[in-house]
Amino acid sequence: MAFEKRRPVLVEHTHTFCPGCGHGIFARLLAEAIQEAGYERKAILSLGVGCCCNMNPPSWSGDVLQTAHGRAASVATGVKVARPDLLSISYQGDGDAYVIGLNETLNAAYRGENICTFVILNNNFAMTGGQMSWTTMPGQKTTTSPAGRDCKVTGMPIKVPEIMATLPNVSYVARGAVTSPKNINQLKKYIKEAISAQINGEGYSFVEIVSPCPTNWAMNVKDSIKWIDDNVIPYYPLGVLKERTGE
Amino acid sequence: MKEMWKGNHAIAEAALRAGCKFYAGYPITPQTEVGEYLSARMPELGRTFLQAENEMSAAYMLFGASACGMRCMTSSSGPGFSLKQEAISYLCTNFLPALFVNVIRWGPGLGNLDSAQTDYLRDTRGGGNGDYRLVVLAPNSIQETVDLLYDAYDIAERYRNPVELLSEAALGQMMEPVEFPEFKEGPTDLDWVWDGTGDKNSYDHGRPTTAGKPAAFRKKIETMRENEQRWENYKVQDADYVFVSYGLPSRTTRTAVDKLRAEGEKVGLIRPITAWPFPYKGFEEVPGTVKGMISVESTDSGQVIEDVALATKKMCAGNIPVYGLFSGQNIPTPVHIIEYFEKVKSGEEKEAF
Repeated sequence: MAFEKRRPVLVEHTHTFCPGCGHGIFARLLAEAIQEAGYERKAILSLGVGCCCNMNPPSWSGDVLQTAHGRAASVATGVKVARPDLLSISYQGDGDAYVIGLNETLNAAYRGENICTFVILNNNFAMTGGQMSWTTMPGQKTTTSPAGRDCKVTGMPIKVPEIMATLPNVSYVARGAVTSPKNINQLKKYIKEAISAQINGEGYSFVEIVSPCPTNWAMNVKDSIKWIDDNVIPYYPLGVLKERTGE
Repeated sequence: MKEMWKGNHAIAEAALRAGCKFYAGYPITPQTEVGEYLSARMPELGRTFLQAENEMSAAYMLFGASACGMRCMTSSSGPGFSLKQEAISYLCTNFLPALFVNVIRWGPGLGNLDSAQTDYLRDTRGGGNGDYRLVVLAPNSIQETVDLLYDAYDIAERYRNPVELLSEAALGQMMEPVEFPEFKEGPTDLDWVWDGTGDKNSYDHGRPTTAGKPAAFRKKIETMRENEQRWENYKVQDADYVFVSYGLPSRTTRTAVDKLRAEGEKVGLIRPITAWPFPYKGFEEVPGTVKGMISVESTDSGQVIEDVALATKKMCAGNIPVYGLFSGQNIPTPVHIIEYFEKVKSGEEKEAF
């Protein structure tokens, strides 16, 4: 039997991310997960500001709201109020969701809004050309930490999923990665769980995606993956941080 | 039958009558009663009240709900309304209707709780980044607040643009007899809403392309400016001096006009009911023999007077002097206004424009 390659309808067009970027893999998984849940014509993405802006059409063929820096969870909250029958998803980067938008991100989780938030963690502000983010690793060079991040004066990399997991109204929290076939398959399961939690009315669900940024890290793809394996994942361990209880 | 209602409660009930299904907000004096009232009233009606973590977040919740076609509102005052400017700018660029209520308290920064009109220039000029305007409804009574709010969503949806109600601390806190209209529903056939299907996703949902936005904004602003001016003229036709005043100062100014008329002074009043678009058309009635225009406003250094001067330049022949009485965090009394008028007439008070 011939293998039939099926492209999810929500990513029928070619995306515009840099070569080697993790966003494209995640976008594909998200499109697959939404379609497998039967929601490909019942979903609205609220995009943060950053490289996720590349998810505007034509990269994404479904409904998209381009929100402001850090406020995507608030917009997704409003979408869900107006249309509780739709999937309301915020898609953000770590600079957007954890730095300028930490307040809105944590408060949507704190209330337990029945939305999903997906955050690409690539340890820098990528869209603006690689500045330090709150997830930049100790000693990592960026355009605003040219001597390497000094965590004594800038803080240690923030672990938002670990904070999320302590909030009673949060239904599901996981951290995945796009760095290997095994991790990609695992990530897809996390995404499906998060979407299922919303469909089931369980409240806020959250998945963080550890992802390479070869362009701003000034590395090739292979070295980027190795750098993640050696530096990022040991600090940001993969797995489910809060299991669904079905309530 | 009319009943006594507090201004802020009337704002809340009137918005519901006009079809508001979702309120998001954050407490700040002197408008907190709007949210308090709705937190009890909206669940009764099966509608959604949400206390947000801050003013910005509340306004962005409106972004999402409005995109889905839901009539929604937020309200604030002072520094809280400043925080909403970013989201208002985003709603404008996305051509999304919504209702914003500003019950002005005096001053920059934390300011204080006194009634004032010190946000006039910010609220009539956009306030956030970019070149946009809101239709700004500026009532001078609680009944007029209710009546204007009843039209607010229709205006917002007509232009796909937010509408603002510009109130004042005292107008929000005081009580007056009011009558409410019947409940009405918003339209269900908006052709641009985000419904999750992606079918309207030739990127636009009826929005202009990036290249077409400057012309589209200009056209929208010019159309609103032409169609939405509202005002009330009082004894303007034969006036030597015409007062211009909106909101609560317009009420004491009207009293001053009556008292001055009783003394034989030919004075009149133009009362803007829309702060933006400013009612230039109201100035058509100003006679060619007019000797001066006098702005009466609760600001510190004069804000409304800039619009009065521009309207006078455009609509009146000759270089008519424009004077301003600025009462800061007080509503000027009729005595105060009459004293100021005498100084204008005697030449003691110099024109600002």
